[in-house]
Amino acid sequence: MDVLFDNLDVFANGFYTTIQLFVVSGIGSLILGTALAMLRVSPVPVFRSAGTLYVTIVRNTPLTLVFLFFAFAYPRLDMVDLSFFMTACVALTVYTSAFICEVVRSGINTVPVGQAEAARALGLGFGQVLGTIVLPQAFRSVLPPMMSMLIALLKNTTIAAGFSVAEAGQIRSILSERGENQLLTLIFVAVGFILLVMILTSVQRTLEKRWSVAR
Amino acid sequence: MTAAEGSLPTPPMIRMAGVDKYFGQLHVLRDINIEVPSGQVVVVLGPSGSGKSTLCRAINRLEPINSGTIEVDGKPLPAEGKALAGLRADVGMVFQQFNLFSHKTIVDNVTLAPVKVRKQSAAEAKKAAMALLDRVGIANQAEKYPAQLSGGQQQRAAIARALAMQPKVMLFDEPTSALDPEMVQEVLDTMAGLAKDGMTMLVVTHEMGFARRAAHRVVFMADGEIVEDSTPNEFFTAPKSDRAKDFLGKILTH
Repeated sequence: MDVLFDNLDVFANGFYTTIQLFVVSGIGSLILGTALAMLRVSPVPVFRSAGTLYVTIVRNTPLTLVFLFFAFAYPRLDMVDLSFFMTACVALTVYTSAFICEVVRSGINTVPVGQAEAARALGLGFGQVLGTIVLPQAFRSVLPPMMSMLIALLKNTTIAAGFSVAEAGQIRSILSERGENQLLTLIFVAVGFILLVMILTSVQRTLEKRWSVAR
Repeated sequence: MTAAEGSLPTPPMIRMAGVDKYFGQLHVLRDINIEVPSGQVVVVLGPSGSGKSTLCRAINRLEPINSGTIEVDGKPLPAEGKALAGLRADVGMVFQQFNLFSHKTIVDNVTLAPVKVRKQSAAEAKKAAMALLDRVGIANQAEKYPAQLSGGQQQRAAIARALAMQPKVMLFDEPTSALDPEMVQEVLDTMAGLAKDGMTMLVVTHEMGFARRAAHRVVFMADGEIVEDSTPNEFFTAPKSDRAKDFLGKILTH
């Protein structure tokens, strides 16, 4: 326990950064992933192709490679300068949103066609049909895989430690310089992640319960 | 076919002229010409696959047609987009499978389009919705979700949802075909009430009783064509075509 309490500041700072990375790139991935899914079901062929192209190129490209691109290649393009933290958020968002897109799209496919037809027959536009009728039902049906993606994202944030972001993945190397027991350090880091995952799982359970009553 | 109605001074509520529609090789609507004047209740009968549902769905462009013209209240159907959404808002539609929004309560189903499309205030829309739900006899179910209601109640909610937009015309696409027999009557009664109030209606159905009781006019379709267009009395007592006689023979002997 001494390892934890003697270095509480290091643990707290590390996990605080991890949570920030997770929240920023989680929100970013949900927005970009949903937008990509909307492109992929759009009636406009160009939009559909654009969405498909993104997923084809990005999906399952090793995350480290995506990080390397944004850390070393992207600055050469002389576009907006990104801090280390933002670079990590962008890499995580680009990587995760390809998966989120496919999860959302499979959710859209579970919504009966009649739901969208009824909405169109009432005079709702394409965006309204998708936003108020189809997507809310799509999200409900893909909650478990969606949460798996977010948990994967949470754990993937540890890649950022290799790219100058002092998140929880870096706690071990900091504490090894202080001469702490590395096995114990890693166990406490793991416990921290397990706690965060448990929070996400309970969010999932709460939402599932609420939405199952609603149907 | 409907020369008498054509001479009315106001344009017909629905006009289809020379409408053709294909599903791939299949010719599902063949040179359809029909006019429905304001206030008339038209029942479309015909065997399965005769194209009657497609005809109904073509009127608000849920099924785009290949050629011909369709006009609603004197205006030709626009292409997909804002103008079409505006037209659909004026055309109520009731589906075989109800298609109530399953993630929303009954009252939210009814208020959704008035708020989102007509930009009514939530309070105003809710007041109107409760009055409509009362009219179709399910005001006490307002806070429930569609899956908690019986089929007949769901279909009546769907009718209330369509009426909330104050449509000029109502389309019914086999509204009772997915219902248990004991629930058919409550939906038909609701529809007959609407007809009595002067709503313009086009009803695709297999309910001969409703056609006799509430229709001003019966249109009989077979193989994508309109074969007969007459009064209910004429159609049921003295059908002209062999196909209509054959159809009635099959239905009425059961």
